[in-house]
Amino acid sequence: MKWMKFVGVALKSIAKNRLRSLLTMLGIIIGVGSVICLISLGKGSQADIQRQVDSMGTNLLIIRSGSASRRGVHGGAGTQDSLSMADARAMDKNLASVAGVSPVISVQAQVIAGAANWNTRIQGVSPGYPLIRNLELSRGTFFAGRDLKVKSKVAVLGKTVADELFSGQDPLGTRIRIRNVPFKVIGVLRAKGQTAMGTDQDDVILIPSTTALYRLSDGKTVRTIMASARSPEAMEQAMAEIRALLRIRHRLRAEERDDFRIRSQTEITSMATRITGTLTLLLSAIAGVSLLVGGIGIMNIMLVSVTERTREIGIRMAVGARGRDILTQFLIEAMILSLLGGGLGIVLGLGIAFGLGRIMGTSVVVDPGIILTAVLFSAGVGIFFGFYPARKAAAMSPINALKYE
Amino acid sequence: MKIIELKDVSKTFVLGDSPVKALDRVTMTICQGEFVAVMGTSGSGKSTLMNVLGCLDRADTGEYLLEGINVSRMDRDQLAHVRNRRIGFVFQGFNLLPRTSALENVELPLLYSPLGLGRESRQRAVEALTTVGLAQRLDHEPSQLSGGQQQRVAIARALVNQPAIILADEPTGNLDSATTLEVITLFQRLNQRGITIVLVTHESEMARFANRIIELADGRIIKDRGVGDAFGEESSP
Repeated sequence: MKWMKFVGVALKSIAKNRLRSLLTMLGIIIGVGSVICLISLGKGSQADIQRQVDSMGTNLLIIRSGSASRRGVHGGAGTQDSLSMADARAMDKNLASVAGVSPVISVQAQVIAGAANWNTRIQGVSPGYPLIRNLELSRGTFFAGRDLKVKSKVAVLGKTVADELFSGQDPLGTRIRIRNVPFKVIGVLRAKGQTAMGTDQDDVILIPSTTALYRLSDGKTVRTIMASARSPEAMEQAMAEIRALLRIRHRLRAEERDDFRIRSQTEITSMATRITGTLTLLLSAIAGVSLLVGGIGIMNIMLVSVTERTREIGIRMAVGARGRDILTQFLIEAMILSLLGGGLGIVLGLGIAFGLGRIMGTSVVVDPGIILTAVLFSAGVGIFFGFYPARKAAAMSPINALKYE
Repeated sequence: MKIIELKDVSKTFVLGDSPVKALDRVTMTICQGEFVAVMGTSGSGKSTLMNVLGCLDRADTGEYLLEGINVSRMDRDQLAHVRNRRIGFVFQGFNLLPRTSALENVELPLLYSPLGLGRESRQRAVEALTTVGLAQRLDHEPSQLSGGQQQRVAIARALVNQPAIILADEPTGNLDSATTLEVITLFQRLNQRGITIVLVTHESEMARFANRIIELADGRIIKDRGVGDAFGEESSP
């Protein structure tokens, strides 16, 4: 290979002009590095949010009672007493597209266990709830249909509650008091972490819905019912069926508005995706700007070194280099610098991304397409502006190149 | 044997609006083994003559035969080949590659010859540097060498491809009188080895070492006379 001998020449030339080489590479390093860092973090947090939305449950549908309005004042969602335990049972029994249904009766209460106490959310749910919400038990058992019938005073603790009340000791079989009603702990949930909005999903106690309704609440108000569709494709159908069923059960006439609201997980997902999509777009724009700035840096240093390089080219031509010898050498030089800078940029970008990801607690998603784009762009700029002055100089007569100022 | 033959060679530069005839129908012959000094005031066309002789620049009209081959019709690549193989050129400003050792500077022409860089090219570069008396300075960079030493590196570079002719454009113009003497005697030694030398100077001191003096004015040869006797056939334009 004839051009092989110029690889050595190019390497020597790079090594001899360390500052110039470094400055050229710096543009590429910063351009590639910042793009990779920003986009990896953006995609990482997007994935995090997606995961959190997914962790809310499986094909989740949330039905809330409608807004009560008295003399034109709307009380907000859940203020109308439109949903009932019977609604939940009817949905569970009659709808083919629904895999599980659970009313959710939420009460905030002080909980006492021995000398410890803790204020937490008590949720009265049915045995289908773990399936709907993707919950798993780390210890013990969940309550069954029988417990609902007899309004058993049993409780399953979230990880945070278990830690706060029992600090490491085994809570199974012990008694806790919720609003002075004694409950027996029969299970502990596996940790689930925070929601996208920052609420601790483990700071909760699950008890049978009937027990919650009659022992801790007013005996009738069900504000929320959660349901899970059989499959992601069945979401639409499930929503339509639930709506039809509830309208019949609530005896709503055709012209009357729904006295409940149904939200699906897909809606929440698409909202989250929209937010993170905007975030990623913004980060990409910033990354694009830094790539551009890096490119301008490369261009500048290449053009500035042109005087010295033109003389060098003149000298080389005077001792017998042909135009294509010069071009080969400069092309190889520019490619080596670009590849080296691109490589360092990838390492630096990923390093910073993973470092920041660890500090901020977000995931990092590496997108090879983005890396390739960033490297190709910087390399393109580096090679073009490394090559362009050489091409101009190689077209001069040697004596003009030597005299070039 | 004729090494250089110029026939009616002209070259015009355009400075601003007015064309300047740097070479005006120059005809001359230089034979093997001559030591020619080209003299003249600045602007007389001596540098242009050297650049044309060195194939660094082209004449507008006329013919230039180097060792019997017409180089005035060659393309750029062929001229590069001629510069590489047949001519050694020494500049007033040395024109060495900065941050590059004396050895690598001298090796440079071999990179562009079929030989390439390697053990043999290194060997030849060392020989050339030894010839100019710089065997102890192989790894010095131009910035670590004095002007005279830099010029001797440049002469070694001109020698390394064993050309038949060395062209030097005011090689001592940037040097003090002591080093000037050093460099000029080096040229004289090379000439005694049979290498044809053409050098431009405006010091008649230097011209004394040559055996033929060509004087230029306004792009024409006004005087061409031999010094001494070796090859000194008197001729007039």
